[in-house]
Amino acid sequence: MGFRTPLYDIHLKMGAKIVDFGGWDMPLHYGSQIEEHHKVRRDCGMFDVSHMNVVDVKGERVRAFFRLLLANDVAKLKIKGKALYSCMLNRQGGVIDDLIVYYMDDSWFRVVMNAATRDKDMAWVNAAAREFGGLTITQRNDVAMIAVQGPNAKEKAYQALGEALRAPAGALKPFHAVTVGELFIATTGYTGEDGFEIILPAKAAPFTWRMLNEAGVPPIGLGARDTLRLEAGMNLYGSDMDETTTPLESGLAWTVALEPADRKFIGRETLDKQKAQGVPRQLVGMVLENKGVLRNHQQVVCDGVGRGEITSGSFSPTLERSVALARVPAAVKIGDRCTVDLRGKPATVQVVKYPFVRNGKSCL
Amino acid sequence: MSNIPKDLKYTKSHEWLKLEADGSVRVGITHHAQDLMGDMVFVELPQAGAKVGAGKECGVVESVKAASDVYAPVSGEIVETNSVLSDAPETVNKDCYGAGWMFRMKPANKTELDGLLDAKAYEALVAAEKH
Repeated sequence: MGFRTPLYDIHLKMGAKIVDFGGWDMPLHYGSQIEEHHKVRRDCGMFDVSHMNVVDVKGERVRAFFRLLLANDVAKLKIKGKALYSCMLNRQGGVIDDLIVYYMDDSWFRVVMNAATRDKDMAWVNAAAREFGGLTITQRNDVAMIAVQGPNAKEKAYQALGEALRAPAGALKPFHAVTVGELFIATTGYTGEDGFEIILPAKAAPFTWRMLNEAGVPPIGLGARDTLRLEAGMNLYGSDMDETTTPLESGLAWTVALEPADRKFIGRETLDKQKAQGVPRQLVGMVLENKGVLRNHQQVVCDGVGRGEITSGSFSPTLERSVALARVPAAVKIGDRCTVDLRGKPATVQVVKYPFVRNGKSCL
Repeated sequence: MSNIPKDLKYTKSHEWLKLEADGSVRVGITHHAQDLMGDMVFVELPQAGAKVGAGKECGVVESVKAASDVYAPVSGEIVETNSVLSDAPETVNKDCYGAGWMFRMKPANKTELDGLLDAKAYEALVAAEKH
C-alpha cells in the first residue's frame, strides 16, 4: 500500500482504477482516459493533485534564499500572490526538480514541488536552508490540492465553492494566487487550459470534491493529466529532464534568469559555460506522420546530424495522432524529418514547434 | 472482477476464440487484456488470406499506455478482419467479445482447439497474474 490522499476513498467510490505513482496510490482513470482528456479540453474536469509537495518557507531573508536556490529569479515577483515556474539545480546544473514558487509576503514564500521527488527535494532544501540560516521550512501535510481545469472550469468552481470567490479569483491574471478564507486559489495548471489549482485544508477536500462534482465537474485521472500536459508542451520531471540534463537542454531556457550576471544561483556555472560554448542538445516537438504511438526512450535518428531520444511520447487525443517531446542534437531544425524505430519498423517523424495544443486548439 | 464468458476458449496470451457454425473461429482479446491496456488508439490486423501459425504474431493493439502483439490462437488462414476497428479502435474496450472482435480464421487443424484454455482455466490464469 502506498501513500493515500484525503480523496482516496472517494476515488474508489467513483470507480477509479488506482495505480502507483511515485509511491502514491492515485487514480489513473475513472473509466476512459481519452474521454476524460476531451472533457477537460471541451468543458472541464478536476484532478486530485494532493500528492504534490506543498512547502512554506518563512524568514526575513526568504527572497534572498530563493534567489540562491532557483535558476529563475524570484526578484521578478513584485506583487503578492504572483507565481514563478523554476528549476532547482544541483551544483552541476542538473535539474533536481521543477516547481512553482509563490510570493505570499516579504517573509513567506510557498513552493509546490513534485510528489515522486519529495525526499530528495526536502533533503536538498533543508541542507541549503541550514547553510543559509534564519529560515523555517514547513511541509504542509495538512493540506490537499485540487486542480479544476478547462474552458468552463472557473465558472463551475464559482457555482460549487461560492460566489464569494468570483471577485477575488476572477480578477487573477494567469500565474497568480489569492487566499480566500481557507482556500488558496491559483491560476496555474498543467493542461494548457484555463482554470484554478486550489490548495485547501485536507479535512475540507472530500466535501469540496463532492461540491465540484455536483456542479458538473467530472473527476479526471493521472492518465489524462499526462496527455493534456504533453499536448500543452509542458515538461514532466523524470522524463523530459532530470539530474543529468540542464534546463537549457530541456526546453526550459525561458525559466533560467542569467541576468543579473552577479546572481550566484546554484548550478549557474554549468549554464554559463553551456551558453558560452553552445548548448549541445535541445528538446523539440515531434509528430508521427503515420499510425502508431511514439513512446518514451525510443531512439531517434536524424540524418547527418546524429541521434536523439524520445523523452515523452504518447497519443494526442485532440490531434488524433502521436506526438512526442525528444532530446536531439542542437543542429536539428524545425521542419526536419527524422526516423524512429517503432517496434522494429522505421517510422518518419516531423520536428515541430510545441505546444501542440493550447486552449482546445491545435497549434500545428 | 474480469468478464470471462463460459462459451469461449482462451489463450495464455489473452486472446479469446469462438467456434462458429461454419467451422471458422472468431478471435479477439479478452476483457482482462483490454482492461490492462486501457483506451485503444490503434488496431493493426492481418490481411485476409494470410496464413498464420499457432502462437505467431498476427496483429497489434496499441493503447494510450502500451502496445501489445496479438497472436493467432491456432494455425490456419485469415478469412475476414473487423474493418470497424481501424476507425473505432475503442470498440475493443466497449465490447471486446462482441463488436470488438478482431479477425476470423479457418483452422488448419481442428485438434489444436483442444489445447486451448476453457473459461475456468483462463479465470485461474487471470487470478494468478493478479498476485
